[in-house]
Amino acid sequence: MALATTREAWTSRVGVILAVTGSAVGLGNFLRFPGKAAQYEGGAFMIPYFIAFLLLGLPIAWAEWSLGRYGGARGFNSAPGIFRVVWRRRAAPYLGALGMLIPVAIYMYYVYIEAWCLGYAVKFATGQMAMGGEKGPYVDFFARFVGLNADGAALDLSNGLLSSAVFFLVVCYVLNFVLIYRGLNKGIEWFCRWAMPALMICAIVVLVRVLTLGTPNPALPEQSLSNGLGFMWNPGVEGRSFWTSLGNAQMWLEATGQIFFSLSVGFGIVLCYASYLRKDDDVALGALTASSGNEFCEVALGGLITIPAAFVFLGAAGTAEACRSTFNLGFMTLPMVFASMPLGQFVGAVFFFLLFLAAVTSSLSMLQPAIALIEEGLGLGRRASVTLLGFVTAVGSGFIVYHSRDARALDTVDFWVGTFCIYVLATIQVLLFGWVLGIERGYHELMRGAEIHVPRFVMYVIKYVSPAYLLAIFGVWIFQQASAEKNNYFAAIARDTVSRLSVGMIALVLIFFLLLIAQSVRRWNAAEKGEHGAIS
Amino acid sequence: MTFGGWLVMILSVGSVTGLLAWTIHRVIRTPGATEHIHGELDIDTHDQDT
Repeated sequence: MALATTREAWTSRVGVILAVTGSAVGLGNFLRFPGKAAQYEGGAFMIPYFIAFLLLGLPIAWAEWSLGRYGGARGFNSAPGIFRVVWRRRAAPYLGALGMLIPVAIYMYYVYIEAWCLGYAVKFATGQMAMGGEKGPYVDFFARFVGLNADGAALDLSNGLLSSAVFFLVVCYVLNFVLIYRGLNKGIEWFCRWAMPALMICAIVVLVRVLTLGTPNPALPEQSLSNGLGFMWNPGVEGRSFWTSLGNAQMWLEATGQIFFSLSVGFGIVLCYASYLRKDDDVALGALTASSGNEFCEVALGGLITIPAAFVFLGAAGTAEACRSTFNLGFMTLPMVFASMPLGQFVGAVFFFLLFLAAVTSSLSMLQPAIALIEEGLGLGRRASVTLLGFVTAVGSGFIVYHSRDARALDTVDFWVGTFCIYVLATIQVLLFGWVLGIERGYHELMRGAEIHVPRFVMYVIKYVSPAYLLAIFGVWIFQQASAEKNNYFAAIARDTVSRLSVGMIALVLIFFLLLIAQSVRRWNAAEKGEHGAIS
Repeated sequence: MTFGGWLVMILSVGSVTGLLAWTIHRVIRTPGATEHIHGELDIDTHDQDT
């Protein structure tokens, strides 16, 4: 049993679905997915993408929702507490440390990117982003705004408070922590209930503008909307057949990674959110609805907006170059595209505001797992938990903002926590569900209160296929990264000080949570002994 | 845009849109289902209360 005196819960099923969808929908839906799909010829890319959705994304989502509700019904909302009730071993709660580290460490840099989106939305709305049709000014602006030129450059406010992303970072911090302080339903659920529909409306407004662009420059008839959609969706280009494209192993790796990160499975967030469900609340339909909401935003909105818009102004070569980097596409190329199109100032403001909303609903979800552990493990109240977490995340964000040269610290934390640790935690979760909870109990748990019938073979997929698929992809990914000549994050630890410091910071945060878990376990054990003593 | 491109786009966008529409329909159609879906053993009739 947990020691929390009051137990929070979602007020409605729509609320929890919107919160989980909001957690999953982020910048990756509107920037990373279109870039990857176009890079690997959308037509071929969608095959491994949908296979990964069915064999990896959706089964892990069902497992994570079920594990979360299982732990929540026994009084735990944090990954360490939930793992402890699922697997009665001394090591179990400590495995849950990754469920704390991942969201908190990702929050430290994600909130900075969130601040960029807010900053761009404000600057578009106030007409400050009209810098012409050449890319150079936008590249320079982005570098100055986020401090890419030198460490500490983002903290230079000599050109005005709004010239740096740091001011917007403070605004985002205040917004996130005020909402978290208000609690699960008055903060997260309330915000997601209006932010998600607003995000959809913003996306549809931008989509309508993009789909009515036609051929903006009659002198360049090949740069038409139709060809832009073709650049994104045509299977088999440049003389390659569809089947040749489908044989590209790197594309399978990228498509699987995209579905995996897009659905936010393996972060420990869904585990925490689902723990606030009631014992008989549906998880099968909820997980499917949240996953399909994320897919709609990614494929139907992101897939039709970003690349066609870039193509009609930049052509094939310019769009292909922009697709190589998410930051390049989102913060250097698209602003130029918006500035070039009719109604661009308005559309740019709406687009970056929608990215900002998507980022806030995600960053909020990254704070709740740690709040849950501090509250149930240490018995601290909401004010003290929020203050403690605020201090820890502010120190981490400060480190990342200061080491802004080439976004090296951000990039390193993203690699080790935002990719490496997520693979590990997802594997732990799927093994706990399929092998420790087991097929029978797992299926019973998934189907309790279920409003749709999940075929029983899904349990065998979770037990055998998903872990094998995950481990295979993880193994290939590690091999590629470790043998890469450029951007080798393993080798960077030995030769680059910022990389070393970033890994050190991750280790410190992990130790902080391990100590927190050790203290929590002592309290939980003492409480259980007290209970048993009272009974005997 | 080729015929294959149209086909892939329509299938991809159509499938995720259709799935979302179906799930939302299911969610809205049964708003209070969690309150009354219970197994037999969960029902407490209080007939053994003293």
